[in-house]
Amino acid sequence: MTQLDDEEIRRRRSRSIAIALILGALVVLFYIVTMVRMSGGIAERAL
Amino acid sequence: MGKSSVDTSLSPASLGGATRGDALDFVALMKPRVMSLVVFTAFVGLVLAPGPLHPVLAVAALVTIAAGAGASGALNMWYDADIDALMTRTARRPIPAGRIARGDALGFGATVAAGSVVALGILVDWLAAGLLAFTIGFYLFVYTMWLKRRTPQNIVIGGAAGALPPVVGWAAASGTLGVEPLILFLIVFLWTPSHFWALALYRAGDYMRAGVPMLPVVAGKDETRRQILIYSLALVAVSLAPQWAGLAGIVYSVFAGLLGAGYLFAAGRVFARREGEAADQAARALFRYSIVYLFGIFLALLADQGLGLSSLVPRGGMWGA
Repeated sequence: MTQLDDEEIRRRRSRSIAIALILGALVVLFYIVTMVRMSGGIAERAL
Repeated sequence: MGKSSVDTSLSPASLGGATRGDALDFVALMKPRVMSLVVFTAFVGLVLAPGPLHPVLAVAALVTIAAGAGASGALNMWYDADIDALMTRTARRPIPAGRIARGDALGFGATVAAGSVVALGILVDWLAAGLLAFTIGFYLFVYTMWLKRRTPQNIVIGGAAGALPPVVGWAAASGTLGVEPLILFLIVFLWTPSHFWALALYRAGDYMRAGVPMLPVVAGKDETRRQILIYSLALVAVSLAPQWAGLAGIVYSVFAGLLGAGYLFAAGRVFARREGEAADQAARALFRYSIVYLFGIFLALLADQGLGLSSLVPRGGMWGA
């Protein structure tokens, strides 16, 4: 197993955090789009 | 001129070693400056298209189109790492600089490409997703792998990939295609040759060293200047078509005419100044202006539509009923 120095560990951590943030953002995006599609334009309908 | 004929001088890390870069290196791999222009033109396509699109879906469309554009950039850098290492302009990119391993760039690009297409299809529209897939495939297989190292027409034909994002945006918003997005396509398509040939005029040594047959390398600088002028004339003519198609009004046309006059002036100066530093300066000026021009044209389309200026002239254009 290759030994990583501190700088390499920092960079790998930054990559891991970026992946986590992107995956989280995708979950939120899919959730919101699903809500929008399921609402079927309820917000725009007249009362 | 095959890929095997190009000498490489890549660092060991980029050939087979581990990726050592951080997240920002992966951002650089996606060519963020190109992405920003892609997102902007796609956004204008979204806004100009008929039919309302929910803001959340518009954001989803733009995010996935941006991801697709970034994936194209990453896949381009994966394939072109050998020649990128030989050119001053591209030698500091993440792969030739040894910050990202070539295989990782391929995996990253392929994953993001597939994800962006599927996400655009599921979230917004499958016609738009199909067009995005075609755009990525055209950029990678037709431009990068086939044309770039073989013909001076590389960026003319390959320019179709860069011209498609406003069409993708249009399809995402309306679910249809028509003559209007074709005009948006043609504006970017006809803009591309003069933009890249201006760059190639003052970077000819780079391209020659890397074995890329750009027009100045193959046909000479004078022929390149002539072609730049021809494409610039065609570009300015097509840039006036949106009013005819009912996409914009007179306000847009006035702006487009002024921006076009500037473009022809810059292209004319490139044509006239053929020697020494003045020639390079003219080419640099056209390259810089071409970016401002394309941004300005699409901004004018956006402003014309967004501010309702189109309503000041009859729908269907100034020759319309």
